[in-house]
Amino acid sequence: MTISTWTRRALCLGIAAASLAAAPAFAQKTKLTVYTALENDQLGPFKKAFEADNPTIEIAWVRDSTGVVAAKLMAEKDNPRADIIWGLAASNVGLMAQMGMLEPYTPPGAKDLKPLFRSGKTPDTWVGMDAYLSVVCFNTAEAEKGKKPKPATWADLIKPDYKDSIVMPNPASSGTGYLTVAAWLQIMGEEAGWKYMDALHQNIAQYIHSGSAPCVQAAKGERMIGIGLDTRGASEKTKGAPLDIIVPKEGLGWELEVTAIVKGTKNLDAAKKLADWAATKKANELYADTYPIVALAGVAKMPANYPADGEKAMIKNDVEWMSKNRDRILAEWTKRYDGKSAPKAK
Amino acid sequence: MSLAIATGTIRASREDLLMRAGVVAVVAILLLMVGLPLWALLAKGFEDADGRFVGLANYAAYFATPALFNSALNSFEVAAITTLVVVPLAFLYAYALTRTVLPLRWLFQGIALIPIFAPSLLPGLALIYLFGTQGFFKALVGGQIYGIKGIVIAQVFYCFPHAVLILTTALRTADARLYEAADALGASKLRVFFTVTLPGAKYGVVSAAMVVFTLVITDFGVAKVIGGNFNVLATDVYKQVIGQQNFSMGAVVGMVLLAPAALAFAVDRLVQRKQVALLTARAVPLEPRPKFARDAFFTLFCVIVSLFILAIIGMAAWGSLIKYWPYNLSLTWANYDFEKVDANGWDSLLNSIRMAVGAAIFGTALMFVGAWLTEKTRGFGAVRGLVQLLAFLPMAVPGLVLGLGYIFFFNARNNPLNFLYATMAILVINSVAHFYTVGHLTAATALKQIDPEFEAVSASLKVPVWRTFLRVTVPICLPAILDIAIYLFVNAMTTVSSVIFLYSPDTKLASVAALNIEEAGTTAAAAALCLVIVGISATVKGLHLLADRFLFDRLQRWRRR
Repeated sequence: MTISTWTRRALCLGIAAASLAAAPAFAQKTKLTVYTALENDQLGPFKKAFEADNPTIEIAWVRDSTGVVAAKLMAEKDNPRADIIWGLAASNVGLMAQMGMLEPYTPPGAKDLKPLFRSGKTPDTWVGMDAYLSVVCFNTAEAEKGKKPKPATWADLIKPDYKDSIVMPNPASSGTGYLTVAAWLQIMGEEAGWKYMDALHQNIAQYIHSGSAPCVQAAKGERMIGIGLDTRGASEKTKGAPLDIIVPKEGLGWELEVTAIVKGTKNLDAAKKLADWAATKKANELYADTYPIVALAGVAKMPANYPADGEKAMIKNDVEWMSKNRDRILAEWTKRYDGKSAPKAK
Repeated sequence: MSLAIATGTIRASREDLLMRAGVVAVVAILLLMVGLPLWALLAKGFEDADGRFVGLANYAAYFATPALFNSALNSFEVAAITTLVVVPLAFLYAYALTRTVLPLRWLFQGIALIPIFAPSLLPGLALIYLFGTQGFFKALVGGQIYGIKGIVIAQVFYCFPHAVLILTTALRTADARLYEAADALGASKLRVFFTVTLPGAKYGVVSAAMVVFTLVITDFGVAKVIGGNFNVLATDVYKQVIGQQNFSMGAVVGMVLLAPAALAFAVDRLVQRKQVALLTARAVPLEPRPKFARDAFFTLFCVIVSLFILAIIGMAAWGSLIKYWPYNLSLTWANYDFEKVDANGWDSLLNSIRMAVGAAIFGTALMFVGAWLTEKTRGFGAVRGLVQLLAFLPMAVPGLVLGLGYIFFFNARNNPLNFLYATMAILVINSVAHFYTVGHLTAATALKQIDPEFEAVSASLKVPVWRTFLRVTVPICLPAILDIAIYLFVNAMTTVSSVIFLYSPDTKLASVAALNIEEAGTTAAAAALCLVIVGISATVKGLHLLADRFLFDRLQRWRRR
């Protein structure tokens, strides 16, 4: 084989591969680009249920973790690619509303939702779907090994029993982490709240860069206790983890997942159809498969292994206070715990 | 002849002008792929959240935080330790591969590359299975794996192949006559090593050290999975960008991260000036002759290193079959049913393969031609320097900074290229840009070792320079070219940090899917998907090794006596 025939073959190979990489064919239905941080296993059922009722619309998901989706939306601000947001944290979406990135719209079903799940604007900038809580995940198998008692309150967690055995999300990298810290400051008051975190710091093994990882780590016995997202704890328990989900008596921080139309969408009608559907009873029943607390009152379905007292324990959360004080609290938190935490890890 | 080149006394011929035009084209492409997208994000460092220019206010705010100094110090510490461990190990390994008679050399060559076949998630998961709280060898690490220990072990695993790749290229080209002369003069082995082997590979050693150092500085994935509370600069970027969607501060930290790269660039230029062509036109390639003691030592060394690599992969493989770690260790294939954990199922693997093939073809051509133009164009120093600078940048940039920069640049309304956004093409372009540095360095290392006399002779014979390129340069460098293509392919298969911002519903990638699956707590399925990725890359590498044996043998036969 001479070199030139070899190059020619390589070239052919290249063209073949390039055409392999070419874009796939278009569909005839209206393709609605939906940005979401919903769980992977929710996407299939949600899409199927919506498309069954709206056969002319096809959902194309862009799904990632909350931080990534929020960062992507905000980076695309000047030339939005998403038509609608379906399943993203209210604190992130609220910020986008302030920046004028959303198309205000109140779906007909919104009037029946619990007031907490409305944006409070007319028309609504976003509409709530469900709420998730920041709970305590407690590994009973590991606790038994070390003969540790089961905690019932936030105050219990600062006992020396739990030295270096608690993980919680780092509030600087996780929304769940921030809502947990903000909840303590609101329940206990600022001064007592910081004092509590000083004490808790002695028991923290790691501040993780994710809101779902703490309960997963507790489920797998990497740590005895994880403070973090409730749903992940419940699903791990269902898979066989020796896990107790504890709702501390003092109350819980929480966050909403919401729907919001992106301003500048080329598919406004289709986006409205999805926003309408997302506020229906049917949709809420779907949310209730994963989340114990949903926007529509009277949808009384509970996911497996979920604590029953969750909704009652939700604190009166001042969302405005949370967003106004975010920079200050994070700076203070970082100064107290983040900078200092490194030597301990060695 | 080389004197004439150095002093630039030759008038630029038509051919020179053509090559200079080529260099300019390469600069333009690199600006579009690297320079402008990066600037699109880094410029945010001088703006507030609403886009108003605030000068250095963000920098002042950032440098006032006590955590910065801590993170910078930690980053430096981890990078320095990893470099000091990896480069000597990789040098010995590359030496064994190129300069000794190693049984099953192809196998050791393949095993060394396994770590880059795996998404960086994999060593993290494996290390937790091995040394975590529930791990089998917990006692070995003496306490917690989370923290600097975990980061260094995982980084050594992850950076090793990068260094081996560069050092193998550097050591592969050697002139046997130098060794014969040294032998005839009765020089001791140590002396030969320090006066012949090391100087010849110097460029490679420095490049490898720089690559490892900056890889560690910019990598976020390992620190996230196993870093515990050990803060590094790359986690600071993550906190700002993903945690708080604060692009201005993210840009500031991203800019701080460019400092080590600037240093690497300066060092590289310095060393490069002293590198001499190794493969003169009269050179005879070195064929290692069997020597029992040496060969036995290096074989043992390679076996130990390989076992370490295989242990980590093996642990992940076992973990992928476990029902529920650590409470139900019975085995199952269920974790390989990806439809259950990700709506895209196996499709994401096809997308990954398409992207990787695209990156390998487009990237290799660009990198090799680009490096060749930069190395062989006469005069025009400033513009060539610009190519090198742009080629160095990507290594210094954390993937998420590059990924966001791509959004800002390619999604801008007034950018005529914005039709590329949310297509497979942008993923390919992004991957090539992200991994440009090592490919460019490999090509440059290979090209530097070729005597300029080849071109000089061709020129005096009135052979057009492109024919010399196709007939002489490409065949000589074919091993390096294939290395670059494979390097791009396997890295594109595993990359996450940058493409996570750029994939669209139709182009979801397997590496991103693995990360999402892991985040959802389905660790075993994530390990399973990582292993499928390893399997695909290993198969491609296997084909490469076969091609190497036949093609390489044919094309390089002339070099032997």
